[in-house]
Amino acid sequence: MASIWEYANPRKFITTAEAVLPYVTVLAALCLVTGLIWGFFFTPDDFRQGSTVKIIYLHVPAALMAINAWLMMLVCSLIWVIRRHHVSALAAKAAAPVGLAFTVIALFTGAVWGQPMWGTWWEWDPRLTAFLILFLFYLGYVALWEAVDNPDSAADLTAVLCLVGSVFAVISRYALVFWNQGLHQGATLSLDAEQNIANVFWYPLVTVIGGFVFLFIALVLYRTRTEIHLRRLKALIAQERMA
Amino acid sequence: MIAILNRDLALAFRAGGGFGLGLAFFLIFATLVPLGIGPDTGQLSGIAAGTLWLGALLACLLSLDRLFQLDWEDGTLDLIATAPVPLEGVVLMKALAHWLTTGLPLVLLAPVLGILLNLPGAAMPWLLASLAIGTPALSAIGAFGAALTVGLKRGGLLLSLLVLPLYVPTLIFGALAVTRAVTGQDALSPLLYTAGITLGALALLPFAAAAALRVNLR
Repeated sequence: MASIWEYANPRKFITTAEAVLPYVTVLAALCLVTGLIWGFFFTPDDFRQGSTVKIIYLHVPAALMAINAWLMMLVCSLIWVIRRHHVSALAAKAAAPVGLAFTVIALFTGAVWGQPMWGTWWEWDPRLTAFLILFLFYLGYVALWEAVDNPDSAADLTAVLCLVGSVFAVISRYALVFWNQGLHQGATLSLDAEQNIANVFWYPLVTVIGGFVFLFIALVLYRTRTEIHLRRLKALIAQERMA
Repeated sequence: MIAILNRDLALAFRAGGGFGLGLAFFLIFATLVPLGIGPDTGQLSGIAAGTLWLGALLACLLSLDRLFQLDWEDGTLDLIATAPVPLEGVVLMKALAHWLTTGLPLVLLAPVLGILLNLPGAAMPWLLASLAIGTPALSAIGAFGAALTVGLKRGGLLLSLLVLPLYVPTLIFGALAVTRAVTGQDALSPLLYTAGITLGALALLPFAAAAALRVNLR
C-alpha cells in the first residue's frame, strides 16, 4: 500500500515532481491564457462598473491563493514539526515567496480597481487591512528563514512562527471587523450559493482560478526541487571539505 | 522560578538603562506627537488613546531584545535550560519581569500623559484598565518574538518585524476600549476582548517561546 509519506523521501519527491511538472505547467499556462483572454475580451462589461469589473479575473484568484498558500504553509509546518520530513519544511519555505507575490497582486489590483470605483486607492477596511497584515506576516516569515543560518533551526523557528502567526492572523481578521465598518463587498464566491455570479463571468473566473491553483502548485514544486538540490549541493560541498 | 524573577528584577533595577529608558521613550513619544500633529486640543483628545497605546507598544518593543539576549550570550540561558525547572515557567517569569519593569510603569505614567494629550477625564479609568490588562499580552508576545530571534546577530530589526504584526489584535481592542470611552460608547466589550487575548497569550505563548528557545539552544 503506497503511503503519502513516501514522498517525504527527497529522491522520490523529485522524480514525482519532475514527472508531474510538465503537465501542471502546461495546464497552468493553458488555464491562465484562455481564462484571461476570455475574461478580458469576450465577456460583456458590467452594467454599473463598466470594464473595471474585469480586474476580478486577477484580483479574486490572487487573493484566494494568497490565503491558501498560507494554509498550505501551515499544514507543511505542522508536518515538519510532527514528523520531521525535510521536504515538508522546504515546501513551506518554497511557498512563502509565492504567497507573498499573490498577496501583492491582490493588494495592487484591488487598489487599481478601488480608485475608479470607490474613489480611493486605499481604504482602512477590515478586509484590506487584514490583507496588509497577512502581507506583513509573509514578510516576517520570509525574513526569519533568511536570517537563521542553521537550516534545521530555521525550519523549526519558522514553523513555530507560522503556527503562532496563523492564530494571530485569524484573531486580527475578526478584531478588524470590530474596529471599522467595511467598504469591501461581501464574499464573491461561496461554495453553498446556488449561483455566485452570472455564468458569463463565472466560467472564465473559474478557469483563471484553476490556472492560479496550477500555477501555485507548479511554482511550489519547482522551488521545492531547487531547495532540495541546494541542500544536497551544500552537503556535498561540506563533504568535500571534510575529505 | 521566583529566584529567576527576583534576579531579573534586580538586574533591571541595578544595571541601569533598561528600567528608565522605556519610560523616557514613552514620555518623549507622547511629547513629540503633538509637535507633529499640532497643538489643537480637540484633535489631540481624538488621537490620545491611539497615541498612548502606540507609545506603549513601541516602548515595550524597545526593551525586548534584551530579554534573552544577555543571558544567551554569557551562557546563563544554557544553565537555566538544564536546571530542573520547566523552561515554559522560566519564559513566563521573564515575561512577568519584563512587564513589571516596562509595562507596569507605563500604565502608571499613562494618566499623566493622558492629561498632556487632553484625554477626557471620563476615559481615564478606561485607559488605565485597558493598558493594565493589555500590556501583559505585549510582554508575553514579545517574549515569544525574543525567543525566536535570540541567536541572531541582527535580531533587533527582525524582532520588530515579527512581533509588531502579532500586536495587532491587542492594539485594536485596547485602543478601541479607550476611544469608545471617549465618545461615550460601550467600552466594556473591547476591554473584555483585550483580557481574553492577554489570558490566551499568557496561557499558550510560553510553550511556543520555550520551544523556540530549545531550538536556539541546540
